[in-house]
Amino acid sequence: MLQIEDLQVKLGEKDILKHIDLEIRPGETHVLFGPNGSGKTSLLMTIMGYTQYKVTGGKILFKGEEITHMPIDERAKLGIGISYQRPPTINGLKTRQIVQICANNDRDVEKLADQVNFLEFLERDVNDGFSGGEIKRSELLQLLAQNPDLMLFDEPESGVDMENISLVGNTIASLLQKGYTASRLEKKCKMDLRRERTKMGLIITHTGYVLDYVTADKGQVLFDGRLSCTNNPREIFKQIRKSGYEECVKCITTIN
Amino acid sequence: MYHNDKLKEKASKAADKNALIGPDVDLGEFEKDPVLHDYLSEEELQTLPDEEQKQLLLSGLDPTEKDRGGTFFQKDSAVIHCTSKQEGIEVLPIRKALEKHEWIRDYYWKLISVDTDKYTAAAELDLHDGYVIRALPGTKSIYPIQACLYLDREGLQQTVHNIIIAEEDSELHIISGCATSPHLKKGAHVGISEFFVKKNARLSFTMIHNWAEDMIVRPRSAAEVETGGLFLNNYICMKPARSLQMYPVTHLTGENAVARFYSIIVGSPGSEYDAGGRIFLEKPGSRAEIISRVISNGGNIISRGHLIGEVPDIKAHLECKGLILNGGIIHAIPELEGHVDGVEMSHEAAVGKIAQEEISYLMSRGLNEEEATSTIVRGFLSVDIPGLPPQLKAEIDRAIEESDKDVM
Repeated sequence: MLQIEDLQVKLGEKDILKHIDLEIRPGETHVLFGPNGSGKTSLLMTIMGYTQYKVTGGKILFKGEEITHMPIDERAKLGIGISYQRPPTINGLKTRQIVQICANNDRDVEKLADQVNFLEFLERDVNDGFSGGEIKRSELLQLLAQNPDLMLFDEPESGVDMENISLVGNTIASLLQKGYTASRLEKKCKMDLRRERTKMGLIITHTGYVLDYVTADKGQVLFDGRLSCTNNPREIFKQIRKSGYEECVKCITTIN
Repeated sequence: MYHNDKLKEKASKAADKNALIGPDVDLGEFEKDPVLHDYLSEEELQTLPDEEQKQLLLSGLDPTEKDRGGTFFQKDSAVIHCTSKQEGIEVLPIRKALEKHEWIRDYYWKLISVDTDKYTAAAELDLHDGYVIRALPGTKSIYPIQACLYLDREGLQQTVHNIIIAEEDSELHIISGCATSPHLKKGAHVGISEFFVKKNARLSFTMIHNWAEDMIVRPRSAAEVETGGLFLNNYICMKPARSLQMYPVTHLTGENAVARFYSIIVGSPGSEYDAGGRIFLEKPGSRAEIISRVISNGGNIISRGHLIGEVPDIKAHLECKGLILNGGIIHAIPELEGHVDGVEMSHEAAVGKIAQEEISYLMSRGLNEEEATSTIVRGFLSVDIPGLPPQLKAEIDRAIEESDKDVM
């Protein structure tokens, strides 16, 4: 379980996250909505442990352990993984090598790469000259290899072409154990599957495409550094499409 | 021994002539008298002390000669092993060659002027030995030839002259290591190398330097590449040396001739390097590329590159990247000279540090900070070298891997 209690974060001089409370239980996937600059990426980076996001108050617990000031790699080892929106290029490091690093040399890289249609990129330098969609598939491949318990996705479908959108969507679903294809073979009812789910997800999306593939449990709206609304993700998305984030502002005002 | 009065005379006049660049060295500090060692059979080569074998391996010389097409091994002034296992590829000591073969005189001091500076002069006046490696026309080397110039005697100035010839349509791969005994502290190495790549021949030359900390190193080399020829020149220096200065030059004298230089240099505290390459593109269709990766760990490194396009329809690129990890200076000097319309030349130079963003990225995949940093450094140093045989690629990777601990 991920528990965030009264989290306050500064980026430089700016208060970027204000009194965030969030709980993701095992098996749950949450979707995070919010306009540009509202603090969505900052929340993900803070959970991952990027130190430029300075925690000034509150705490983060994962699997019962306080991780508020834990280094990034220890969080990764504890089971937190992230799919970045704009990861850096690493010259001279092959995609194959970074996937091996993620898998701790323990998985069949080719097989995993094949799943996201990425075999031909294995000998290319990490993210070097990749298109938006290729970057996303590379990120998913790394998560497949890492197989973390909590997965943070920063706009996993942005820049992905229509041809690959279902590939990306279904891969996220299967990472989060939300895919139903395998279940038919296992002859288990959906209820049992839901109970057996352990993976947790937090997904930032602007387009909402990912909702067509991943059944998210909760939607959250982040507005000006505050979590302002928790609801069914599809409903939130519909609302935002209809009237933008205006409603959220009203919500905040009403709640307060 | 072959004696040429004119050469000797010219050399004598230049004996005190300073080099154009690089700190001056008083060669008088070093011993020059020959230091003799017994010739070793193949079996004896494998019974060298472990320590020594390790040093050799680090410089790419495999005493078992596995996956090697021949060996030249010079210790101090003495050639202690010299064989070729492939027909059509000749490996011989230069003294012997000068004595017995007329043809070698057409190559000796043909690309480099004996009176260039005191180091070229020394190579004529105090020559110990060196190698001649030649691939006969049409011969393709199956395994690379290994050559090692080893310095064992404290305070010695090892002076060598090498000539490498890839005859028409031949293919020749050489790995040349320079190394010093583990006990050696101070010494000097003066080495002349002349490369001849004939019509449609391919030559790859990979040099790995593995010096003692108080070494003075002054190589002087030049190459000529004829029509359709390819010269691939790799240089790896991961260990500290007090002072190294070299500026090898290549002339692309035939149409469609190609030269590619790759160098990887790591400079530790107390080391001073001034290294680079200069390529003249003299005929249409010729191509040149100089790529260098330089890391300063507290050393002082000047990284040069100079491309000269003399005719239209040539293409040349220079890439010089430096990483300052632990202090020190990297001075990148990329130069492009286009002499006519229709040249296409470019360069890219950067000196910087490791981006924190890259370290964090790898840490989020499970590496700790130190592992992440060394992974990025290794990536920085690894350049794809097209046309390099796998054995040599493995040697370069090994040199990088081995020095990893020193770098960090």
